[in-house]
Amino acid sequence: MALKLKPLQFLARSSYRQRRLRDVAGMLPIIGILLLQVPLLWPRAEGQSLTTSAMIYVFGVWILLIALALYLSKAIRNDAPELGEGQEDVD
Amino acid sequence: MLTYNVLIAVALLYVVFLFGIAFFAEKRARAGRSGWVSSPWIYTLSLSIYCTAWTFYGAVGYAARSGLEYLTVYLGPTIVMLGWWWIVRKLVRIGRSQRITSIADLISSRFGKSTSLGVIVTLIAVVAATPYLALQLQSVTLSFAVFAEAGGTHWTQADLSRAALWVAIGLVVFTIVFGTRNLDANERHHGVVIAIAVEAVVKLCALIAVGVFVVWGVAGGLGETLQMIDASAISKWEQPAGRWVGLTFLAGAAFLCLPRMFQVLVVENVNENHLSTASWAFPLYVMLMSLFVVPIAVVGLNLMPSGSNPDLFVLTLPLAEGWNVLAIFSFLGGFSSATSMVIVATIALATMVSNHIVVPLWLSSRGAGAVVAGDIRLVVLLSRRISIAAVVLGGYIYFRLSGGGAALAAIGLISFVGVVQVLPSLVGGLYWRGATRWGAIAGLVVGFSVWAWCLFLPSFGQGAIIPVSVFENGPYGINWLRPEALFGIEKIDPLLHALLWSMLLNAVAFFVGSVVTFPAPIERLQGAQFVNVFEHSTGARAWTQSAAEAEDLLIMSQRILGPTEAQQIFAREAARQGKAGYLPDVTPDFIQTLERNLAGSVGAATAHAMIGQFTQGSSISVEDLIAVADEAVQIMEYSNRLEAKSAEQERTARQLRDANEKLTALSIQKDAFLSQISHELRTPMTSIRSFSEILRDGDADPATVERYSGIIHDEALRLTRLLDDLLDLSVLENGQVTLNIQEGSLKTLLDRAISATEASGRRLSIRRIVANENHLLNTDLDRLTQVFINLISNAEKYCDAEAPELKITLRRIGGRHVVDFIDNGSGIGKASQRVIFEKFSRLSDHRKAGGAGLGLAICREIMARLGGEIVYLPGQGGAAFRVTLP
Repeated sequence: MALKLKPLQFLARSSYRQRRLRDVAGMLPIIGILLLQVPLLWPRAEGQSLTTSAMIYVFGVWILLIALALYLSKAIRNDAPELGEGQEDVD
Repeated sequence: MLTYNVLIAVALLYVVFLFGIAFFAEKRARAGRSGWVSSPWIYTLSLSIYCTAWTFYGAVGYAARSGLEYLTVYLGPTIVMLGWWWIVRKLVRIGRSQRITSIADLISSRFGKSTSLGVIVTLIAVVAATPYLALQLQSVTLSFAVFAEAGGTHWTQADLSRAALWVAIGLVVFTIVFGTRNLDANERHHGVVIAIAVEAVVKLCALIAVGVFVVWGVAGGLGETLQMIDASAISKWEQPAGRWVGLTFLAGAAFLCLPRMFQVLVVENVNENHLSTASWAFPLYVMLMSLFVVPIAVVGLNLMPSGSNPDLFVLTLPLAEGWNVLAIFSFLGGFSSATSMVIVATIALATMVSNHIVVPLWLSSRGAGAVVAGDIRLVVLLSRRISIAAVVLGGYIYFRLSGGGAALAAIGLISFVGVVQVLPSLVGGLYWRGATRWGAIAGLVVGFSVWAWCLFLPSFGQGAIIPVSVFENGPYGINWLRPEALFGIEKIDPLLHALLWSMLLNAVAFFVGSVVTFPAPIERLQGAQFVNVFEHSTGARAWTQSAAEAEDLLIMSQRILGPTEAQQIFAREAARQGKAGYLPDVTPDFIQTLERNLAGSVGAATAHAMIGQFTQGSSISVEDLIAVADEAVQIMEYSNRLEAKSAEQERTARQLRDANEKLTALSIQKDAFLSQISHELRTPMTSIRSFSEILRDGDADPATVERYSGIIHDEALRLTRLLDDLLDLSVLENGQVTLNIQEGSLKTLLDRAISATEASGRRLSIRRIVANENHLLNTDLDRLTQVFINLISNAEKYCDAEAPELKITLRRIGGRHVVDFIDNGSGIGKASQRVIFEKFSRLSDHRKAGGAGLGLAICREIMARLGGEIVYLPGQGGAAFRVTLP
């Protein structure tokens, strides 16, 4: 067992950043779910219409989520070794 | 007024255009230039088949009826794609490493390649999708009817049905032409993908164009539109929270479980990295699709006469305002949504029906020997084509029976609830190793039954299938089984009610079923491979030592994958093991690889069963699993290098063993060489000597003299021939031969060879399947002809069939042309295959053959000199030689 490696405890700055970006990517749908339920909680006075404001809010959140996903997809590096598996597929 | 005929012409032109572009993409892909066809953008656009005609037309109607609730249908998939890091990435990885062909295949494969699970998922998918297909047909025919109306003719029900029939036929043709081109579902349908990508652009542009027209052309600007919304009935919208959450969940789950989505999301995925683009581009797409829905609905409600169908506002608004071109464009958008959905859904369903129902039935009806008895490729392709026609026909029949009324409009969400019954087994299978086959079966059956009882059957209307009394009092008076109030809990929205109970009971049955049963070894193995797909894609082996013969496996694979591809797989493996030819050692790893390749064509369950026929009793046991696991834990850390080295050694050892065997065989032959050659020379010499002695004594009558001198002449000829051959061979072997390079076509060469062998009177019938006989060769034509003559006359001499037949085929393999000579005799035994190219290796003692066993040796030398190759091709049902042309 001489060759057994100790798992790394601390990473270099850039790899550390990559891991946190991945955490953000994982959290994104949860943030989305929460934000999109908010209009259901809005107080509503008698006869007041919330339709236009809800519409603007939902589309606003939507665009925000898309922008975040776009940023993440550019910022997260593709981990080549992990993708290179399954030898028979890589011809 | 716009004539209806113009619309028909535009639609037909559009269809021709789609055929053209699909054909073009196929052609490019075949030429190996699939660059832009497999870009992340095309992938994202192909995902847009999520937006069917139901969303194109129906979203506006939905908004007119229930305000912003329509957004949930898009928000669910948005969240799933944003969270691709969680589920979709894993699905795609598994789909690629296990060569999954459909969602039914995935479930069946995860739970021990179970046939019954495949059947259950397929049935659920078909039942849930058929009404949805009917809905697409309805929307297309209704949009035709709108234009006919505008042109002044009123359409009757019969007109609608006729139009639906024509649309259905067109879709079947397109799907069969481009969807069943290749058998391997993993080989992706480039033509189809490109066509639906184009349709995705058309439908998005159409909806946005109508939206822009409505906001700035009719309402007069953004502010005015918002005011209009506030003034409209939609502003009274009060969203029930339960439906908002429930429908978002439902849409997200359906996005993963719908067979057509699985097809584009997983099966047609070329590259995992495309997901990262799709993760934001697909939400953007559906966001744009839903942006103008409310304005269109509000303006429609304001302008159109009351009572007009809000589902068709997208068409009727531009028409009413006199914008005919826009109306046609919008029609094309709706048409695209419907057709692209039907095409992909049909391919996905047909693959499932064919792989999980038709082929297994066909195989079991043929008994145990079926695997080697017929051409399975044709059967599978045929069954896929028939399934395609049957699936679309099912949609059409449903459309006719349901009368195409409002009942259909509600079916979208109902059908969603049906397909998401797969979700617990899917997610459980991906993340929980304890999930078992029985758990999955229990969950699926329970969920499906609840769905059918609470939602699907009631959707035909109270009293249509389930009597009204049952709705009020329950079946046989059992109050807590009322379809819309299970367990006595009333006053929930029926859709939510069914969703809640079916999901809950499904998940509970799945969990309990999994916990109380014990999985078979193969299930545990597959479970580990699925759940831990990111740790080890290649995985443990499912087969231990097996008794299968490589040649039998080759014969079977050829019938499923086609000869070229199967031979390539075998040759590659043989080369990896360091062996020449087409027959590798049957190692567990090789069987695993082969099984995955087969699974790409016929699905995991069938492939496993087929391989199982050859390796009976050698599948893994629990002990093997434990042994493998123990080994793995101990060795994993530092064994990689060792393993590589030992593989290398094994390869060398195998080569040495081969060489040794060959040497032994040769040395026996070399010993025999001298006695052989003296024997070969002596036999004719003896007869020449004895007959010439008789002649010298001179007391024979003229007839006898003639006969004897004939014999002497024949024997002398034989001697000469033998000496010629020996001389030829030694010249070739010493490399002293000068080649006479010329140019000529393969056709003339074959013609020459065939006519040269005809002299002796033909017993053999020759079938030439040479696609491109005029293939030009630049080589020593006489020498090559000599090889051909030799092979043909060998077949003539040795083929022992009643009606001997020789098949000559030309094909292209790996950039080189090869000519196969295959006869229908009993072939050459495995032991003899390796020595037939040696000198004096005559297999039987056919004296009549009249050769000295030098022919093939000469052939091999000639081909080596010419820069080609000649090898024996096993597993063709007779003796078969493959000549690789220089």
